Amino acid sequence: MTAPSTLDPSPAVTDPAGGHRVTTGIFQPKQLVAALPGALRKLNPRHQARNPVMFVVFVGSITSTVLAILSPSLFGWLVVLWLWFTVVFANLAESVAEGRGKAQAATLRQAKRDTVARRLNPDRTETLVSGNDLVIGDRVVVEAGQTVPGDGDIVEGIATVDESAITGESAPVVRESGGDRCAVTGGTTVLSDRIVVEITTKPGESFVDRMIALVEGAARQKTPNEIALNILLASLTIIFLLVVVAVGPMAAYGGEQQDPIRLIALLVCLIPTTIGALLSAIGIAGMDRLVQRNVLAMSGRAVEAAGDIDVLLMDKTGTITFGNRRATALHPVPGVMAMELAAAARLSSLADETPEGRSIVTLCGTDFQLPPELSTDERRAQFVPFTAQTRMSGLDLDGRQIRKGAGTSVLAWTVERGGTAPVELTRLVTEVSQRGATPLVVTAAENNCKAAILGVIELSDVVKPHIAARFADLRAMGIRTVMVTGDNPVTAKSIAAQAGVDDFLAEATPEDKLALIRREQEGGRLVAMTGDGTNDAPALAQADVGVAMNTGTSAAKEAGNMVDLDSDPTKLIEIVEIGKQLLITRGALTTFSLANDLAKYFAILPAMFSGIYPQLDSLNIMPLATPASAILSAVIFNALVIVVLIPLALKGVRYTPTTAARLLQRNLALYGVGGVLVPFVGIWLIDLVVRLIPGIG
Amino acid sequence: MSPALAAGAQIAFVIAVLAVLYVPLGDHMARVYTSSTHTRIEHSLYRTARIDAATDQTWGGYAGSLLGFTGASIGLLYLLQRIQGVLPLSNGLSGVSPAVAFNTAISFVTNTNWQSYTPETTMSNLTQMIGLTVQNFVSASVGVAVVVALIRGFIRAGGGHLGNFWVDLVRGSLRILLPLAAIVALILLTQGVVMSLHAAFTATGLDGSAQSLAVAPVASQEAIKELGTNGGGVLNANSAHPFENPTPLSNIVQIIALLLIPVALTRTFGTMVGNAKQGLTLLAVMAGLWGAMMTLSTWAESTASGAAGTAAGAMMEGKEIRFGIPGSVLFAVSTTGTSTGAVNSMHDSFSASSGGLYLLNMLFGEIAPGGVGSGLYSMLVFAIIAVFVGGLLVGRTPEYLGKKIGRREITMAALSVLVMPALVLVGSGVALVLPGTSNALGNSGDPGTAGGIHGFSEVLYAYASASNNNGSAFAGLTVTSDWFQISLGVAMLLGRLLPILFILALAGSLATQRHTPASAGTLPTTGVLYGALLSGVVVLVSALTFFPALALGPLAEALL
Repeated sequence: MTAPSTLDPSPAVTDPAGGHRVTTGIFQPKQLVAALPGALRKLNPRHQARNPVMFVVFVGSITSTVLAILSPSLFGWLVVLWLWFTVVFANLAESVAEGRGKAQAATLRQAKRDTVARRLNPDRTETLVSGNDLVIGDRVVVEAGQTVPGDGDIVEGIATVDESAITGESAPVVRESGGDRCAVTGGTTVLSDRIVVEITTKPGESFVDRMIALVEGAARQKTPNEIALNILLASLTIIFLLVVVAVGPMAAYGGEQQDPIRLIALLVCLIPTTIGALLSAIGIAGMDRLVQRNVLAMSGRAVEAAGDIDVLLMDKTGTITFGNRRATALHPVPGVMAMELAAAARLSSLADETPEGRSIVTLCGTDFQLPPELSTDERRAQFVPFTAQTRMSGLDLDGRQIRKGAGTSVLAWTVERGGTAPVELTRLVTEVSQRGATPLVVTAAENNCKAAILGVIELSDVVKPHIAARFADLRAMGIRTVMVTGDNPVTAKSIAAQAGVDDFLAEATPEDKLALIRREQEGGRLVAMTGDGTNDAPALAQADVGVAMNTGTSAAKEAGNMVDLDSDPTKLIEIVEIGKQLLITRGALTTFSLANDLAKYFAILPAMFSGIYPQLDSLNIMPLATPASAILSAVIFNALVIVVLIPLALKGVRYTPTTAARLLQRNLALYGVGGVLVPFVGIWLIDLVVRLIPGIG
Repeated sequence: MSPALAAGAQIAFVIAVLAVLYVPLGDHMARVYTSSTHTRIEHSLYRTARIDAATDQTWGGYAGSLLGFTGASIGLLYLLQRIQGVLPLSNGLSGVSPAVAFNTAISFVTNTNWQSYTPETTMSNLTQMIGLTVQNFVSASVGVAVVVALIRGFIRAGGGHLGNFWVDLVRGSLRILLPLAAIVALILLTQGVVMSLHAAFTATGLDGSAQSLAVAPVASQEAIKELGTNGGGVLNANSAHPFENPTPLSNIVQIIALLLIPVALTRTFGTMVGNAKQGLTLLAVMAGLWGAMMTLSTWAESTASGAAGTAAGAMMEGKEIRFGIPGSVLFAVSTTGTSTGAVNSMHDSFSASSGGLYLLNMLFGEIAPGGVGSGLYSMLVFAIIAVFVGGLLVGRTPEYLGKKIGRREITMAALSVLVMPALVLVGSGVALVLPGTSNALGNSGDPGTAGGIHGFSEVLYAYASASNNNGSAFAGLTVTSDWFQISLGVAMLLGRLLPILFILALAGSLATQRHTPASAGTLPTTGVLYGALLSGVVVLVSALTFFPALALGPLAEALL
């Protein structure tokens, strides 16, 4: 199965300088045509009533249609036509936004076809049941080539699993019982081996089900900020309704009854139709942008909260550093040749299959040209594995013992065998630690006596390139980053300084993490974190935005309010940006919509009132040809601006991480000042065409 | 002294005095509302009235006390007017008619001081002193109490308590308004403002005939009339009357008095929230609007227009010679911008443009700088709406002074903004179609003529003035019919109480929230940029709402 075609394979552009911005999905005009049937279906009054602003337009359109039928005129019918266009264009925006999710839902549905599950009975026999009949706690057997019937945790075995149906990633992943990689998702396929899965969710509530509901927008509920904005828009609509109703008697006092169609046209132009029409599309598109980056938000509330995050908790390993510590330098004690230390270090690590051990061999190969493989002679060696008691590893070869490990253990071992601690050793160990690296001390003895310390291997965490620039961006956005690590405070401090995080939590236990989140929240801050292990679950649940890695346990995925299918911990930064982008898009279109009204007044008021007071024609500054063409042009502008702004609503306003003051300056200039000026030009241009219509111009 | 210099000197003097008093008065008021001790007089007051001054009220309790107090005040004031004929100091005046008493009771309790009567021949000196003057104090104190409750909503974290209405009411009256009024009254007395318990004295006019000149206890009421942004004159000609406002100096003192508390309250706000810049930013927006009005109106009055103006060569009709154009414009802009409603010139006689500007000044919602307390709380509501839009523009759930502006907060803010336009538009819309209205107009004429348009402005002005609790009149309009008495009374009552209720609910909701610390990602609510955003929201909201009405009235007349 391939990835859904609408998934954007390159979610973010990162240039070498570290600057970046959220990119957006592609919008094609043909999506408008495809969405048209859906838009027409939305003309149902019950659907319209959900949006107070557009409901007023809807009622206005119906009323003016009736009025046009009762006293037909070309002007009347043209206004009616464009009023209906306004309603349809608003529906169109929503349909297009929903349509983009539907393609993804269709792909997901294929993964959800009913599967036959092999339910394991207590007596170890199997019963074939439908996947839909499974209940929580059932154990099922899945073998190579079979589809996992539901979400659950592996309780027996290990297998490679193809998760491309969910993640779009075709490389198989390993899942095994125990540990933090035990979760499997219904709809994925086992490629090798046999596993026993304990079902953890009910059919119909599985991960795929929730994903389908999310991308289709069926589960979409208005988010708190969206509701608040709707209330503001509704009250503005009420004010303008009163304004237009009052214009009736006020104009009548001047001696002329106003044509009701003109009043409806004025009303529709004044109420914030632009933002009203695009508001739900913006919300749907925001969720969609997350899905494009392979992040599933379990609620829109979480997306909004992401924009408000004050503190970002980042695991050091895998997020800030590449994860595995690597040998980066050898430091012999005085009197020992570097080559001698390298030879010992290599020997002690040849049988050490840990990433650290292999990196020592690699370093000895690159810096000292020592072979990475065991020679024939060396095969006689006795290897001493690392244990938690000895905290050392090494080998015995031809009466020579070589050990490497933690400073205190190695020192004790050396002293027991007649060696001494070189004065320089303490200094070397301290220096290495202060650099944020881990010191491994190497020692050697002849027949368990005459032991002597050779030197120190420096193992460092390598901080990812460009990560410091990302944190600088976050700081500009007002977000504090806290690095969470199990390292000791000295190491943690050094890495924190290299990566440019604001704070760190060293020797962190899951309880410490939870306590830190609570402490920040008590100070009124919103906290985001990523996690994958079961022991992360409480912290994920406590955090305002908890992003669980898809590779993580079911418990972690259940506790978080987002799941990252790519399991990329740096994704959190993008999620924050998407949250902000969502709010900015709403704000920008609201500002634009309100600022537009000024020009519409200058178009419509002289047209309506110059019959009563000819002097008011001096307000016709654009200047528009006739009263009919002026009103019609304003109505047409009002409708067309919705269509023109659909791509902006779907893609979101461009967001560059910076301070709030800068953002405000830029967006006010663009959408506030621009919102005042654009309609003057737009209405004037439309009027140039409209005036050509016989009987209007 | 050239007229331009005279105008500049007067404005500079007003601004200088306000600047000097800004910090001491603002901080004094902050101390008054944050102090935990009561004076001996206050203690005995609370004991007598059986008030538990230690109770910290929720918004519901605070609003309940406020409504109870307002209801009782209206009832008592109505009763006092009706029975004044049998009380002392009646000087032969009988009880006030029910319609006038109803309108006046609401008018003075809501800090509007719209006067649908001629004081000299309607209100006894006792009614003036124990009724109207008392309401001048307490209605102003209620306004400050509401804004203080709102500020407490911002500074308190959790619990939802807003303080004690009775304590705020008493402290505002006794510790702020009373001492200031005493000082201002003394200054006015030195300028010749009368203070008398007599009803009138007889004088011989230039033509030799005898005249009866009404006097009253003016100075005491005059001081609080301006300080409390009340505006109800003891004499019908209000501050144009030589007994109320005899000299250019008394004129300046009155202008300073009516601007003083609304301006200084922005300092109180800044001090209470712990950031003086927050208050200064709001003040800058208020001052910007006031300055714009001053500039435009001075310009409009300096060019003679209309029949009378052209004939006389200057726009002096309806203005007092002793104040001239600068003293009249300064007073008019300040009185319409502070919901005071006192007048020292006839707003009806200003140029159409100035008339429109004064209308707009009220239709902003009385925020430049607005009434005592009410100016700041209305401005704070606009600030919340500006924060909501601006917060979205910077990509964060909007927050103001550390409090999130969520569903409940924006609902209350939007509702309180909705009240005034609804009252003005519905009121004047209905009034214009009523058949009796054309007879009540001071100016009328065929549709399209200046007189006809001016009549429209008179009606619009009446509802703008009542709904915004300003109380100034465009004169001309006769408002004694039952329709006007009742509809304007209702407009005053709803225009005052509904926003107060929504704002107290807003304050309650804010007070339950914890503080969100500000970061670089938080919308800054101080400085030029935010000031510009806030001004934009204020101007856009009112301009958009009242553009058609203003176009059909003052604008059509000005462009004629």
